[in-house]
Amino acid sequence: MSEALGFTAADSATRISAGEAITPEELRSAGAQADEDTARYALILGDDSLILAQRLGHWISRAPELEEDIALGNIALDLLGHARFFLTYAGTAWGKTEDDLAYFREEDEFRSARLVEQDNGDFAKTIARQLVFSFYAHELYRRLVDSSDQTLAAIADKALKEVAYHQDHAGQWLLRLAGGTDESRQRMQAGLEAVWAYVEELFADVEPTAELAGTGVAVLPSSLRENVMNGLRHLIDQAGLEMPDVKAAFGADRTGRFSEQRGHILTEMQVLARRHPGATW
Amino acid sequence: MATHTPQLHAVDAPGEQITAEAQRAADDARLGWERFQELIEQDKRVEPRDWMPNNYRKTLVRQVSQHAHSEIIGMQPEGNWITRAPSLKRKAVLMAKVQDEAGHGLYLYSAAETLGTSRDQMYQQLYTGQAKYSSIFNYPARTWADIGAIGWLVDGAAITNQVPLCRASYGPYGRAMVRICKEESFHQRQGWEILYTLSHGTEEQKQMAQNAVDRFYGPALQMFGPPDDESPNSQQSMAWKIKRFSNDDLRQRFVDMIVPQAEALGLTLPDPDLKWNQKRGHYDYGDLDWEEFFSVVKGTGPLSHQRLAHYRAARDDGAWVREAAAAYAAKQAEADRGSALLRA
Repeated sequence: MSEALGFTAADSATRISAGEAITPEELRSAGAQADEDTARYALILGDDSLILAQRLGHWISRAPELEEDIALGNIALDLLGHARFFLTYAGTAWGKTEDDLAYFREEDEFRSARLVEQDNGDFAKTIARQLVFSFYAHELYRRLVDSSDQTLAAIADKALKEVAYHQDHAGQWLLRLAGGTDESRQRMQAGLEAVWAYVEELFADVEPTAELAGTGVAVLPSSLRENVMNGLRHLIDQAGLEMPDVKAAFGADRTGRFSEQRGHILTEMQVLARRHPGATW
Repeated sequence: MATHTPQLHAVDAPGEQITAEAQRAADDARLGWERFQELIEQDKRVEPRDWMPNNYRKTLVRQVSQHAHSEIIGMQPEGNWITRAPSLKRKAVLMAKVQDEAGHGLYLYSAAETLGTSRDQMYQQLYTGQAKYSSIFNYPARTWADIGAIGWLVDGAAITNQVPLCRASYGPYGRAMVRICKEESFHQRQGWEILYTLSHGTEEQKQMAQNAVDRFYGPALQMFGPPDDESPNSQQSMAWKIKRFSNDDLRQRFVDMIVPQAEALGLTLPDPDLKWNQKRGHYDYGDLDWEEFFSVVKGTGPLSHQRLAHYRAARDDGAWVREAAAAYAAKQAEADRGSALLRA
């Protein structure tokens, strides 16, 4: 029937990954199967990307320049892609889909770090958040490509190329804002200060990362700290800004027990899916 | 068209001696005019370096920048659903789509810039409310089904309008349209697919889809502009081969396309007069509410104020970032010059 209209249902408009890149659908149909702990680890990785993508998605049509609408949208799209892989893989342990996990988990079941939950603030705060997260993600995926879990390694390999670009984007804006006007310099410094209390949580060896790192599946979060912080320090020095002197916020355990922002993010993200449980979209 | 002659002010000024220079300018203009006519008549492209009549240039700048502004304002109704998209796949597709719209805005602003109007000037015209954009974007995207209806009907109408523009006589515009049309046809498919999924889903989803189509059908048909006898600029644009078909012809083409598509969706189009006319070989359709259309065009659309306020807020909030980027670039250029001097 739809053939008569010039296109077919199989000619799906919603296949977004280009070229030879794997898709979450392929990952599912390839029959990869995560065990319980690996799935819990994949949730940690997926939730960070999902929540950050959700935050960045809000910038589209609100960015300082058209090119930035595109750039921030592109970064959000990459992160959403990473989230879809990790959540799809996590779901295999419980017979759940990426959407079951994204839309029907409760606030306390998410494992996102508070850094990615922070509101967008001004452009400088968004860039500060991007800077920290992309340095962290790059170091993480650089190591995760050697995971003994083939699926995690493959996802990391795909994500690594993309977060390298995110790192470059944030780094260039750091230099530009720091070296631009007095106002932009102050705002960039303030942006760093605003997110700094939440950096440490990225390096917390929460359950089940320590056990999985022991078997070569996961990268131990605390082992990322040195390289990430050195990289950030180097760039912040180069920009002529100060490394923030802000103590880590208590409660760096990704549980959500110490977050107010997560609830608002999920309320908005999940509202439609939850109003129609069981529906297909 | 035939009454249109090049303006030769250089030789028209009374009481002045015709200098050799003025004569040369007049000759150049005449040659330019002849060549322009030849390009149009032979269906060839006019390029930025070619001589062109002022009104041709003005018409194009107006049309291309309005199109660019429509892409930019059009990001808002769809952007309204990015954070609430009901599945991750739909969220990804919607993000990619809105990003495409921003890209279309960029190509089109670039095409208009080749006619001598800067992007900043065009931004300013949109910011101050002088510039127009497609009035469809002054309607709200209230439900998820609206994202489907916007893709199917709004992008569908846009493509019907835009495919002939790929052959527009002005080269940069026509070429920009080729790429835009490819992406728009992808957008239309995803809109249709959203509605198809909804109309084959739960009763509530189907109702949501029907409701969206009911609201977007009329305004989508009005995207082709007023009826031919009330469209002052159309004839000249057609003579210049910027526009190839009249508003009513394009509207008819669109109606003929969407009727079978609506049937395939299992949704109805909200027009009791819609029926196949064997004699004409087209669907007849009922009168549209032109009073509403002209009211929306004049800036009193349901969301006209909101759309403009959103745009202005983004420009205002981002001003310090653009200033910083410009200052940084200037300092870098200064430093580069300094180091070049040192090397020399």
